[in-house]
Amino acid sequence: MSSKAQITVTLNGEEHEALIEPRTLLVQLIRETLHETGTHIGCDTSSCGACTVLLDGRPVKSCTILAVQANGRQVKTVEGLETADGLHPVQQGFKEEHGLQCGYCTPGMMMTSVALLEENPDPSEDEIRKAISGNLCRCTGYVNIIKAVQYAAKQQQGVGA
Amino acid sequence: MIPSSFEYVAPTSVEEAVKALVAGDGDAKVISGGQSLLPMMKLRLASPGTLVDINGIAGLDTLEEADGMLRIGALVRHGDLERSALIAERYPIILDAAQHIADPLIRNRGTFCGSVAHGDPAGDWATVAATLDAQLHAVGPKGAVTHSARDFQTSMFETQLGTDQILVEARIPCPKPGQGSAYLKIERKVGDYAAAAVGVMVVLAGDTITEASIGLTNVGPLTIHASAAAASLIGKSIGDAAALEEAGRLAMEASDPASDLRGPADYKKDLVRVLTKRALRKAGARAQGQEA
Repeated sequence: MSSKAQITVTLNGEEHEALIEPRTLLVQLIRETLHETGTHIGCDTSSCGACTVLLDGRPVKSCTILAVQANGRQVKTVEGLETADGLHPVQQGFKEEHGLQCGYCTPGMMMTSVALLEENPDPSEDEIRKAISGNLCRCTGYVNIIKAVQYAAKQQQGVGA
Repeated sequence: MIPSSFEYVAPTSVEEAVKALVAGDGDAKVISGGQSLLPMMKLRLASPGTLVDINGIAGLDTLEEADGMLRIGALVRHGDLERSALIAERYPIILDAAQHIADPLIRNRGTFCGSVAHGDPAGDWATVAATLDAQLHAVGPKGAVTHSARDFQTSMFETQLGTDQILVEARIPCPKPGQGSAYLKIERKVGDYAAAAVGVMVVLAGDTITEASIGLTNVGPLTIHASAAAASLIGKSIGDAAALEEAGRLAMEASDPASDLRGPADYKKDLVRVLTKRALRKAGARAQGQEA
């Protein structure tokens, strides 16, 4: 039997402490210990990207990272996107452009999109397609997802100008 | 799916990490990116008693040229190589490979050295390392050990790395004048392993090939260094279509693929032949300053 590990993780700006088994996956910590269920478990085999979160700003698959590996680090999930000013531009984009049908892939898709726009505020369609190539959607065919990211890029540039 | 229980150690120095591996007595594994190890642990294909997490060790994220060698530390992620200006300018084979490993999310986590140490013949970096004649620097209880990337893998998922050793850095010779390189991969979809992939390095004097190296991915139980194919090119012109065809044929002969869901063995062998020729032309064009 393994000994438990004491960790401190900052989730969406708020510091949490947890005593966990080392084999706990990051997505389990987020959903079952910290009770933020916006992050979905899809394939659970590192193939679909539904569980994408930002770890120190970079999108990663939280089903394939141990929670102990997030000790002392920043995690951002879909719950961290909305601010007092309202929805994040990426969330607005998915709403306005109908970037979802069933919504299962959406939290992961949005986290990847947020990270893309942080790094590249004006991506081409090809760059968007490449960036979301690790996030699978089985409903929309991606057309409206790409429109949603383009909408968000325009919104963010408008705000910045 | 959850891995079976293990002891977790997060050392802050290589020495501490080696001590933890020694204490694990053959049942401890190093974790860096974990993008191959964790899926195997979740499927219970691997159940190490101890995980030694090296992510907290300072100084293992080196990515720089020094003393004629490119140094890639154990914590350099695929995405770091994909985004590096140094790699884009000097090591086209590494950029080619980095852009097609797994998917962008996995590339933010998985590491070059971890992929090489994993010993998977489907791993792209082991082929790149063999093609570029990388030295693999490991540290164990008896100190530093250097392995050659060309005979590093001993069988499927087995390498020369001892269970008490950590691969801390890969060192790759800096490109010579007239050097070009390329990595071409056929994959069914983003995130899949290669149906076949070929890495090539050539050094040209004018049009004449003075050095060549060819590596093959996922077309046999081991990462393949196709030395006969490469040797056949020495002294030939990069524009000699018959010489390139012959190198492709010899590379195909060096391959030993199995028929599986990525295609029949005959198809994969022909992919090796065609990709070798294409990669040689691309590396040649790059050596001559004509990006192809």
